Amino acid sequence: MMQQFVQETGLVVPLDRSNIDTDQIIPKQYLKSIQRTGFGINLFDDWRYLDPGEPGMDHSTRRINPDFVLNDARYAGATILLARDNFGCGSSREHAPWAILEYGLKAVIAPSFADIFFNNSFKNGLLPVVLTEAEVDTLFDLAGTETPMTLTVDLQSQQVTGPEGFSASFAIDPFRKTCLLEGLDEIGLSLKDADAIRAYEARRRGEAPWLLRD
Amino acid sequence: MAGRTLYDKLWDSHLVTQRDDGSALIYIDRHLLHEVTSPQAFEGLSLAGRTPWRLAANLATVDHNVPTENQAAGVSAIEDPTSRLQIETLDENCDAFQITQFKMGDLRAGIVHVIGPEQGATLPGMTVVCGDSHTATHGAFGALAHGIGTSEVEHVLATQCLVAKKMKNMRITVTGPLGFGVTAKDVILAVIGQIGTAGGTGCAIEFAGEGIESLSMEGRMTVCNMAIEAGARVGLVAVDQKTIDYVKGRPYAPSGQDWDLAVAAWADLQSDADAVFDHEVTVDGTVIEPQVSWGTNPEMVTGVSGHVPDPQMIDDPIHRGAIERALKYMGLKANQSIDSIRLDRVFIGSCTNSRIEDLREAAKVVDGKRVADSVIQAMVVPGSGLVKEQAESEGLDVIFREAGFEWRDPGCSMCLAMNADRLGPGEHCASTSNRNFEGRQGAGGRTHLVSPAMAAAAAVAGHFVDVREWL
Repeated sequence: MMQQFVQETGLVVPLDRSNIDTDQIIPKQYLKSIQRTGFGINLFDDWRYLDPGEPGMDHSTRRINPDFVLNDARYAGATILLARDNFGCGSSREHAPWAILEYGLKAVIAPSFADIFFNNSFKNGLLPVVLTEAEVDTLFDLAGTETPMTLTVDLQSQQVTGPEGFSASFAIDPFRKTCLLEGLDEIGLSLKDADAIRAYEARRRGEAPWLLRD
Repeated sequence: MAGRTLYDKLWDSHLVTQRDDGSALIYIDRHLLHEVTSPQAFEGLSLAGRTPWRLAANLATVDHNVPTENQAAGVSAIEDPTSRLQIETLDENCDAFQITQFKMGDLRAGIVHVIGPEQGATLPGMTVVCGDSHTATHGAFGALAHGIGTSEVEHVLATQCLVAKKMKNMRITVTGPLGFGVTAKDVILAVIGQIGTAGGTGCAIEFAGEGIESLSMEGRMTVCNMAIEAGARVGLVAVDQKTIDYVKGRPYAPSGQDWDLAVAAWADLQSDADAVFDHEVTVDGTVIEPQVSWGTNPEMVTGVSGHVPDPQMIDDPIHRGAIERALKYMGLKANQSIDSIRLDRVFIGSCTNSRIEDLREAAKVVDGKRVADSVIQAMVVPGSGLVKEQAESEGLDVIFREAGFEWRDPGCSMCLAMNADRLGPGEHCASTSNRNFEGRQGAGGRTHLVSPAMAAAAAVAGHFVDVREWL
């Protein structure tokens, strides 16, 4: 069941890198889990900790990387992640949005996202927000100061608003918007078209019978 | 009306319903499953009291976690308890839902993107999905194939459909002929080097031109496999006689009257001459040389005669910063020549390059030679049990072993190091896999993406060499 996303007002953590891949978001050793939870503590594991991480470790004893922005006390409790282009490139692991959400982030703002990550985010109620390069530049300038920046991301109006009069609009597919606003069960929705699926199969059996043999 | 692209045709023939809000339901002919991205999907299906829509569409195997040594000892012998549990969970789910699975140790088991085509479970004109981004591989057969997330795995199981939005059409024409000793891997790395890791985002890429048509089916799979490394979920190659010859007679391929019907239908699986693409790119295939990646994403690549770039020469601060960070991670100096990069390990395998043709090319290079003393480990991991059996029947295992390579059981292995096969911190690896991200092959490991022949030559020399001089 999809989580709702309506509006988020929160602290922004700036992660000034492009091409952040899913191996960085959640390294492969944590993909061995058969659960949907437990990934937040290992978000950006290779960057966040100085010692190599393995599943089942006692995280209270791990060495924190003080130079990594998520460990900067100024950004504690951040709910919006700011990054550069092609965020989420690489694998199809849905563990990436699971880890981001479980860490406490609700939205990611970047100039562009990789297709599969983008798609996976919506299925879980994480909102990927595409702004222009110039708008993202402005946000990095605003976020990098001593006083951290708070932004509001509003899905209904498709607006990001913040300090110094910052305001930007973003595009989103109507279907995805509705699903997020209402937290809809996508499978349940698709099954309402069960008759159409059966009709397709019947027609296809005539056209390409080799595809539908049992 | 303008002609249709191959992607348009595949989309049209699988459209179940187009909704008013712009989304669509498309029908999925083949769903491949593996142990990593499926457990939460099966759990969701059970919790909702749902069952698979069409059992015969599904085919499962274990690949990401399996050990590549002594698979004959069975799942219970797997040392890592989390890996073992994930494999057992797939076994249990497939048994419970009656999904066909090639379990570990089955001769037909192997990397999911190797076994699909090998079994004829991937056919021209199909839609193929799997919870793995390298599902793009299957597009080599003129199939619409792409990776999906776990929520979508559950959605496909429950409905046999995906909620989708049509992608844009992109065509990459690789001119030919390719130079002597230049392989499919070199072509796709050169393409990514040209268009970048996000060059195909939002697009289905059709690969065309003499440089693609001249490739074998194995080579075309290598090219489509890495479409995702150029940002495109889908890679495609038009169907030709090579495609049909490859498919014929495979266990899941149609036979008898079905075969004749299918072959007749497949004749249309190419873009119309007057089809219009949203993006067109031409790559001069005649000048591509063997490629080596030097950085931490697949666009950070150059020819074997080239050098590591100098960040000081880059004006754009973000781009410069990315190169500086990559060189620091990789332990390389600006302007360093590619052939001066020394290797600690060599990995020949992965869904990109573990098919029989890949192993033949590598074996040809190492035949009668020895892995350099400075190389700690050189391993060959066949893509499936059947590839392994075929290679052994040709004596390739003996060539590899005598040269000092380890000859392993099939699986994903060191491509992503979910099993025990991995790099140590700081180690350089010549790898025939698809991703050189930080830590991909083990924390702190340094990956250089190359073709099987280039990896084989690097193993012998201990550093990168131009394999064309050895052929």
